Amino acid sequence: MTYKFPDDFLYADTHEYVKRENGLIKLGISEFAVDQLGDIVFVELREKGSTLEKGETFGTIESVKAVEEVYLPFDAEIIERNDNVIDNPEILQNDPIEQGWLLIVKPIKDFSSADLMNSCEYQSKVAPN
Amino acid sequence: MQLEKYSDLFINRHLGLDDNDQKNMLQKLGFDTLEHFIQEVIPPDIKTKSKSYSNLPKGCSESKALKDLHTIAKKNQVNRSLIGLGYYGTHTPNVIERNILENPRWYTSYTPYQAEISQGRLEALFNFQTLICELTGFSISNASLLDEGTASAEAMTVAFSARKNKSANIFLVHESVYNHTYNVLLTRARPLGITLKRFNSYNPEFTNSTFGMLIQLPGQNGDLFDPSFLISRAHKFDIFACVSIDPLAQILIKPIAALGADIAIGTMQRFGVPIGFGGPHAAFFACSDKFKRLIPGRIVGESVTKEGGKSLRLALQTREQHIRREKATSNICTAQSLLAIISSFYAVYHGSSGLTKIARRIVIFRRHLELCLKKLGLVVKDAARFDSFDIYTEKSTQIHQAALEAGFNLRILPLGADIENAKGFGISIDEVTDESEIFKILEFIGSVFDKEIDFRKIPIDYFFELEGLPLRDDNFMSQEIFENYRSETELMRYIFHLSEKDFSLVDGMMPLGSCTMKLNSAAELNPISWQEFSLIHPFAPKSQTKGYSQIITDLEKWICEIVGLQAVSFQPNAGSQGEFAGLLAIKSYFISKNDYVRKKCLIPSSAHGTNPASAVMAGFEVVSVSCDEQGNIDFDDLSKKLKEFGSQIAALMLTYPSTHGVFELRIREICELVHNIGGFVYLDGANLNAQVGLCKPGEYGIDVCHLNLHKTFCIPHGGGGPGVGPVAVSETLRPFLPDFSLSNVFINNTSYSVSSAQFGSASILPISWMYIKMSGMQGLKKSSMQAILSANYIAFILKTKFKILYKGQNGFVAHECILDFRDLKQKTGLTVNDIAKRLIDYSFHAPTVSWPVAETIMIEPTESESLREIDRFCDAMLLIADEITEVENGLYPKDNNVIINSPHTIKQLISEEWQNPYTKEKAAYPYNDDKIRKFWSPVSRINNAYGDRNLVCSCSIQEEPVTEEKKCA
Repeated sequence: MTYKFPDDFLYADTHEYVKRENGLIKLGISEFAVDQLGDIVFVELREKGSTLEKGETFGTIESVKAVEEVYLPFDAEIIERNDNVIDNPEILQNDPIEQGWLLIVKPIKDFSSADLMNSCEYQSKVAPN
Repeated sequence: MQLEKYSDLFINRHLGLDDNDQKNMLQKLGFDTLEHFIQEVIPPDIKTKSKSYSNLPKGCSESKALKDLHTIAKKNQVNRSLIGLGYYGTHTPNVIERNILENPRWYTSYTPYQAEISQGRLEALFNFQTLICELTGFSISNASLLDEGTASAEAMTVAFSARKNKSANIFLVHESVYNHTYNVLLTRARPLGITLKRFNSYNPEFTNSTFGMLIQLPGQNGDLFDPSFLISRAHKFDIFACVSIDPLAQILIKPIAALGADIAIGTMQRFGVPIGFGGPHAAFFACSDKFKRLIPGRIVGESVTKEGGKSLRLALQTREQHIRREKATSNICTAQSLLAIISSFYAVYHGSSGLTKIARRIVIFRRHLELCLKKLGLVVKDAARFDSFDIYTEKSTQIHQAALEAGFNLRILPLGADIENAKGFGISIDEVTDESEIFKILEFIGSVFDKEIDFRKIPIDYFFELEGLPLRDDNFMSQEIFENYRSETELMRYIFHLSEKDFSLVDGMMPLGSCTMKLNSAAELNPISWQEFSLIHPFAPKSQTKGYSQIITDLEKWICEIVGLQAVSFQPNAGSQGEFAGLLAIKSYFISKNDYVRKKCLIPSSAHGTNPASAVMAGFEVVSVSCDEQGNIDFDDLSKKLKEFGSQIAALMLTYPSTHGVFELRIREICELVHNIGGFVYLDGANLNAQVGLCKPGEYGIDVCHLNLHKTFCIPHGGGGPGVGPVAVSETLRPFLPDFSLSNVFINNTSYSVSSAQFGSASILPISWMYIKMSGMQGLKKSSMQAILSANYIAFILKTKFKILYKGQNGFVAHECILDFRDLKQKTGLTVNDIAKRLIDYSFHAPTVSWPVAETIMIEPTESESLREIDRFCDAMLLIADEITEVENGLYPKDNNVIINSPHTIKQLISEEWQNPYTKEKAAYPYNDDKIRKFWSPVSRINNAYGDRNLVCSCSIQEEPVTEEKKCA
């Protein structure tokens, strides 16, 4: 299986991706993570309007065989939540990068990308060659 | 030993290998004797030094053991029990007893993880869930829990997890709730920081710091009340209402969900499962949709097959401890499948009309008895009741004595009192009660009084209805399943129709690693149906249960000798409960020393998920210890963690041989290190089958260990329960084993109980008693050695085509071996799951899949499999290896080959649309040997994701126009 690693994405250790969009940040999980999870059957995400700290969990993703939490890579307020994914987890399964995003957030202070990997770094970590 | 020559020793029936097989296998492995071989496998300093296990029996024939057990059974006195308190007389329809309880197709099957070949019992469990939903009015039920006490505790913890106010920590327990249930609640509440408070209907202390409450209907004293008002008030404070309800009473009462309850629990014992001195029986748990992801235990859900046909499978498994580990809210693994199935068939047998008859009869007889007793001048408090009442009188002692003389046991009041100081008596009427019994009861109670009353002249009011609660007015249990099987012919066929869909030990080897699917012999199973075992009430006077006492004493002595420890409690109803109890023993020890600092529990990363889940439940913080490449505990990491946490460490939990099936070399050293910092070492007994007669955990440093009697000691798996998980401890920990009290709630903070009966599932202990008695020391030892030999033989044959993942010293595995398929997907697009399903086509149950390592299979043959069967399995695996190569080489497409399309059904094969690139023969008869009996999978591959995305776990009658006639037949 080949995965897409768009150039403008940054990645956390725990496989969340981060994409700057219109002054806000779009969050999701990588194609690699989705593939590892297997058939995704349930997605739970924190409410719109909540403010979370770096490292806090913003949701849970369950597949038939595994359950993983997703973590916020920086302090932020949740501006938008992708309810389509909650209603229909297959969207996350089939297209984590476009249709299957999870949250749009507003960072509370300027976040440093130091803790995050760029596409190349992430790719070489999860899918070398 | 002359006598042995002429005796038909049972052990030779238990073992699958004869001397010749053993010799051939040893030869392949390069050994001349079994002893030499074992010396190479088990590290020398682990092997027990004790030459003799002098406390173990010598071994005998099945006829001799049955005779001895019968003598012991006769020491139990079978009185008619009217004690109640959660355990009632019931008639097990013989069509169910003979064709389910005593049928190895039902009792030797495993937990239905391999859904395709488990459709029969999945349907029976689905019927159970439908039954519970119909009774309680809830939309979701699980497939059973261990007993009423633990089900109550699970309800409490679900309410705790779901509470809105996260600082709320008070759980109210109504006075109606049994003391023994309260004690189980207390045991679970303490480590979680939950405070229990008793209350009655007049003084509910509803505040915002209360998150839930438990009410029991009928209550401990038999009284019933309408809880609607209490519940609606509780809801105003965001308090969840849990109700423990008697399922027969629920037949008459409006569904408890309609009275406002959030969670309903209870025991299904009186639905056809004999009392059996306390267990096993199935408890139920039902709730509304909002708790769906918090429900403990297994849930059967609908899904679809590849072709879109309806099928069943275990749903939402990600809730469970084996995936969630320390984040799980419960450590529950097993269910009480066999018992839940019996109860579901009891409902199928009677239907709603039959059950209503039984329930109404109970009410009528109870009320008639009350009226008659009043005529004797006895005072029966005015209250609504279902089956039970309490009476206090100065003549109580005489009444109890008269009851005993007439062969009856009454409830002695106050609870826990002796007959001599009884202040009252209580009676619970049940299904078995008839008119003549009512007269007998009146006769012996009347004999204590001077009045001459001819009770036969007092007419029974057969129109009397239950009072005090809204009655049921819905058309319940109208599904076909509860309507179609009134005739025994039809029911018998339905039972067999279901069982024949399932793969059990009747069909072939079930090489499930870590599950020990060994023989459950007929002689071991037979005694559980004896009345002397099945009809004994757990709270009967001790003078009547001497037979059970002897069995328990014998087993304790034998188990202590086997594991090298000093005391055993049989209270835990499953391995998970044994873990929980063992950890609480450790915790209680430290509490008794005023040591509240030791809160850490070290657990290797390779441990089964239940270990961390149990540790958290017992109030410990889990510290994970990594494993090295060989799957052994990483010694450096362990030393580091011991140094870092030192006196905060209460225990190390480990499995031996390791979960990777290897005898670790440094186990003694590991135990010593933990002892040096003042901690205890807990052994998960899952792999004891490699050790019995060869090494004693107590000798190499283990302080606590639970045993899975349903693995090593022949209690069958029952298609997913019952399990029995006694816990054995050292002398130091003896005072901290589980306690039990009928009369009091625990005050002492080191007292705890883990189930609703002192000896848990006592009625199946005779199975393990028979096994040990018949096998004897030599037989048990030989069983362990042959189990290890067979696993190594399989590893030896299969290593030509597969990679064996972990091996111990000298390159040998213990009693199981792991095959590595981690590069399979990349090479062929196949997963290890496809291999498991392909084995069905070869007429095998799959080994354990993806545990303890993802994309591997773990094979455990046990000592009971013959060389012929083991060779057949190896042949199957080698042929599958060739099939894998064919895909790898491009002979068949990655997405359309004989492996990925497996299992193949008859329907697929006779279809004219066969368009697969391989032949039908290759699909279904890959052996090319007509003598091998073919097992057909009843359904094709099941879509797991579909079922979890669209949860349907009971059969509801559709209001809309019925297209698919009542949806689920």
